[in-house]
Amino acid sequence: MTTDATSPADERIKSESFVTRLMKRPELGAIGGVILVTIFFLITADSAMFTLSGIVNFLTPAAQLGILGIAAAMLMIGGEFDLSIGSMVAFTGLIFGVLAVNMGLPLIVAIPVTLLAAAAMGALNGYVVIRTGLPSFIVTLAFLFILRGASLVGLKLFTGGSTQLRGVRDAVQGDFLTPFFSGDAFGGLFRWLAERGIVESFGSGAPKVPGIPVEILWFILMALVCTFVLLRTPAGNWIFATGGDDNAAANSGVPVRRVKIALFMLTACAAALVAVITVIDAGSTDARRGFMKEFEAIITAVIGGCLLTGGYGSAIGAFFGAIIFGMVTIGLTYTDFDQDWFQVFLGAMLLLAVVFNNVIRKRVTGER
Amino acid sequence: MSDPIIHMENIKKHFGNVIALNGVTFDVRPGECHCLLGDNGAGKSTFIKTMSGVHKPTAGEIFFEGKPLSFDSPRDAMEAGIATVFQDLAMIPLMSVTRNFFMGREPTRGRVIKRFDVDRANAVTMEEMRKMGINLRAPDQAVGTLSGGERQTVAIARAVYFGAKVLILDEPTSALGVRQTSNVLATIDRVRGQGVGVVFISHNVRHAMAVGDRFTVLNRGQTLGTAVKGEIDAAELQDMMAGGQELARLEGSLGGTI
Repeated sequence: MTTDATSPADERIKSESFVTRLMKRPELGAIGGVILVTIFFLITADSAMFTLSGIVNFLTPAAQLGILGIAAAMLMIGGEFDLSIGSMVAFTGLIFGVLAVNMGLPLIVAIPVTLLAAAAMGALNGYVVIRTGLPSFIVTLAFLFILRGASLVGLKLFTGGSTQLRGVRDAVQGDFLTPFFSGDAFGGLFRWLAERGIVESFGSGAPKVPGIPVEILWFILMALVCTFVLLRTPAGNWIFATGGDDNAAANSGVPVRRVKIALFMLTACAAALVAVITVIDAGSTDARRGFMKEFEAIITAVIGGCLLTGGYGSAIGAFFGAIIFGMVTIGLTYTDFDQDWFQVFLGAMLLLAVVFNNVIRKRVTGER
Repeated sequence: MSDPIIHMENIKKHFGNVIALNGVTFDVRPGECHCLLGDNGAGKSTFIKTMSGVHKPTAGEIFFEGKPLSFDSPRDAMEAGIATVFQDLAMIPLMSVTRNFFMGREPTRGRVIKRFDVDRANAVTMEEMRKMGINLRAPDQAVGTLSGGERQTVAIARAVYFGAKVLILDEPTSALGVRQTSNVLATIDRVRGQGVGVVFISHNVRHAMAVGDRFTVLNRGQTLGTAVKGEIDAAELQDMMAGGQELARLEGSLGGTI
C-alpha cells in the first residue's frame, strides 16, 4: 500500500463509461418511461395529443398528482410512507372551504390557516410514528380512515347535512391571491403569441391555450425546490441518511426526528396545496376529494426511482413519474383503446418500476 | 512519556444487580495504540460505552486532559474529541462516500441559503482517503461498493478529520479478511503517527500484538493489569483473557492452535 499522494489509480478499476454513470441516476427509469410512453402514444394516439393544448391537457392532472408525488418521494427517501395524503386533501379541502365560504375569510388568511392546520396534522402523523416506533404504513393507514371520516362528518356539520360544500368560487372571486391558485398564468403572453400566429388560435383570434394552468407552475417549482434541497443542502443529506439507516444517521449527529416530522409536514402541506387549487378550480369540495391519491402518489414516487426501503430516490424522478401518469390517463382518450385499460397499464408500470429499481439498487451498492 | 489524554480510574458500572464493570482503570496517551483485550462478556462494550458517553459510570472518575469530567451524552464526548467507531460503522451503503463522510456535519456555502458545499466536500473526501491509502474511483462512489476494510478506513478517516483526540475502535478487524485486516492495522498505525490516541478493542491477540503499544486485559469486569509492548507475549495475553486454567486445559487437546 502506498501513501504517495500522486499514487496511480487502481489498475483493476476500469474507467466508467458515460452510460454506466447515467445508469446510476435514480431518475433514469422515469425518464426512460417518459420516452417509452411518448413513443407509444406517438404511434397509437391522435396527433392532437402532442399539440400545445394536448400537452397542457395531460400536464394538468400530472401536476396535481405530481405535487403530491414529489412530497411522497421526499418522505419515502426519508424512509417513511404517508397513506393519509388522499384523505388529507379532502380534510384540508374542507377546512379551506369552511374558512373561505362559511367564515368568509380572505385567501390571505384562509390559505395560511389551511396550510398550518395541515402542517399540524402532518406533525402529529410524524410524532405518532416516532413515539410508537410503529411502521408509518400502519399509522398513516389509520389516519387515512380518520381524516376521510372526519371530512364526511365535518362536511355534513358545516353544510347542514350535505356532503358537498359549494360556493367557493363566489367566495374567492376578486381576491388578489386567486390568480396564484387558480386559472392560467401568462395569459398576456399567450394572446401575444396567438396574434403572431406562433401558437394556435381560434377563429376569433383568442389562443386555443389561454395560458399555463397555475398548478403546472407549482408542480415545476416544487420539483426544482425539492431537487435543490435534496442534492445541494445539508438537509438533503440528512433526508438520505435518515432513510438509509436512521440509527447510523442519529449516531452521526443527524437530527433524525426533526427530519422525519418535517417530511410528514411537507406531505400534508402538499396535500393542502392541491386541496386549495382543486377546490377553487371546482368551486366546491366534497368528501371524495383526493380519493386514492395516496396510492397514486406513492406509485409516482416509485416510478420516479424511490426505493420502498428508503434512502434512495429523486424528486425530479417523481416529476417525470407524474408526467407518465398524466400521459397514460389522458393519452388513452386520444387512442382507440378502451380507457379502462388505464389501471392495467398503471399496475404493469408499477411492477416494472419496482423490478427496475431493485436492479439499479444492486448496481449502486455493488451487490452481486 | 506524555500525559494521558483520558484517564479512567476505577470505573464501576452496575445494571440493576448485574455488575458489568467492577473497577477498571485505563488511560490513553497521545500517539499510542492502547489495546483493550477481553473475551466475550468481559465488559469491553460496557467500558467503551462509558468512555464514549453512552453510559454514566456508577462509580469511578474520568479525567480528560488532566481535569475531572463527566460526559452527559455521546455528543459531549464527541465534542471533547472522543470519537468512537462502532462495529456498525455508522455508514449508509446507498450513499456516496462524500455524503457519508460529512453526514451530520456538512460544510456549507452561501449566507442566505446555506448550500451543501459539494465541491469542497468531494475534494476533502478524496484527499483524506488518499492519505489513508485508498484511491476512490470517484467521490460519488457508493459506500456499498467498498470492501469491509475500506469502509472501516472511511469511518476512521472521518473521525480523525473531525478532530478526534481519542479514537475508540470497537473490534475493527473482527469481520475482515487477512489483507483487509492488515490494511486497517496500517491505518491505525498512520493515525497514531498523527498524534491521536487509539483505543483498539479486540479479542484477537495477534491483531493486537501487531499494532499495540500497551495492552490491558479485561476479564469478568475487572482489569488484570496493563503491560507494555515487549514485556508480554501472545500466549500470556491469551491466557489472561481466558482466565488462565480453563484454556490451558483445552489447549492440550487442540495442540496449542488457538
